[in-house]
Amino acid sequence: MRIALTAHGKDFAAAIDSRFGRADYFVIYDQEKDSWDCLSNEQNLEAAHGAGIQAGQNLLKTGAEVLITGHVGPKAFKVLDAGKVKMYSFGDMNGTVEEVLTAFLDGKLTPIVAANAVEVKR
Amino acid sequence: MLISIASGKGGTGKTALTLLLAAAHSDINVVDGDVEEPNCHLFLKPKSEGQRKDVTIMVPNIDADRCNGCGACAEVCLFNAIAITGGKALIFDELCHSCGGCMLKCPQDAIVEQRKSIGVITCGDSTTISSTRLMSGVLKIGVPSGVPLIKAIKKEAQGIVGDVLFDCPPGTSCSMVSAVKESDFCILVTEPTSFGKHDLELAMNITQLLEIDTGVVINKSDGGAGDEAIEAICRNRQIPVLAKIPYSLSFAREYSAGIIANDYQAIAKDIWRQIRPGGRAEA
Repeated sequence: MRIALTAHGKDFAAAIDSRFGRADYFVIYDQEKDSWDCLSNEQNLEAAHGAGIQAGQNLLKTGAEVLITGHVGPKAFKVLDAGKVKMYSFGDMNGTVEEVLTAFLDGKLTPIVAANAVEVKR
Repeated sequence: MLISIASGKGGTGKTALTLLLAAAHSDINVVDGDVEEPNCHLFLKPKSEGQRKDVTIMVPNIDADRCNGCGACAEVCLFNAIAITGGKALIFDELCHSCGGCMLKCPQDAIVEQRKSIGVITCGDSTTISSTRLMSGVLKIGVPSGVPLIKAIKKEAQGIVGDVLFDCPPGTSCSMVSAVKESDFCILVTEPTSFGKHDLELAMNITQLLEIDTGVVINKSDGGAGDEAIEAICRNRQIPVLAKIPYSLSFAREYSAGIIANDYQAIAKDIWRQIRPGGRAEA
């Protein structure tokens, strides 16, 4: 299973990023191979609209089956949900990618069953 | 003559000036193009003629049976309005700009356009200012862009015989640009503050780019350094200052109660004189 985490940096020592659509990076852990991978989300940081949709789309391409983040907006949720990605929230936890992954593997994180980021109406 | 009233900074007095100019004119059409928050009706209290025109845009709709999730539509969309997920295209029509590109690109003919209502245009005669008609655009809540509605109401306004005052949305982005576009004259309302001056210059850049004759009205005039800073940039750009409306607490008080006071009728008449063809003030 491939597990993606939103982070401010590129590897398992990076601090986690609670944003999904506008996260700096997706750090991806491959359980079978016990290896790490990284996907930059830079282009979406600057996007005026649709950052969540594009980020969701990019994440699907990595083959990740689990996403661990803080908040998922309504549009990103639709994309990921239809793509059968299971989402988990680390809530207000702080720490590194590795620490949060450990918390997930220990079953300590809550599943995200509905969009949990407030949509700002423009 | 179609006169647009814009500002850059919000709250400088676009609507106040629009209504002052309407009151100083014997037979006028006011168009409220600030579709995200129209407010001219609060002052003009129009008696509705029962005409409500629904404004729609075209958005794509996916035939899930035909869609094979190839992604050609998502790739061509500049606004991230389409995602490929679960083997199918998923459309977020609130981000769609109605370009139709996805429909052209789809190799499966799985996309058809459908109408989506984004707002209404209403018309009525004012019950507070005689011989004044009001046309308002009202954007539906949650619709992210007012531009298609502004374009629709602008088209209606261009069909009106006689003088039209077009109250524009604030800012200098797409909605303001589409509102001032194709007007015969643009009045930029500003206030003698740093914010007012900064946004006035941005607004001036727009009307210059669109080659629209422009004049400036300084509202809430301080008769001092603030006015002078505005006058200096107007001089530099050879844009006339049409009028200065003094800062007045009593005017603001009346305004907040939905009443346009008669205080500045002479100023409004003088603005009309200047913007009439041939009556232009020199910068």
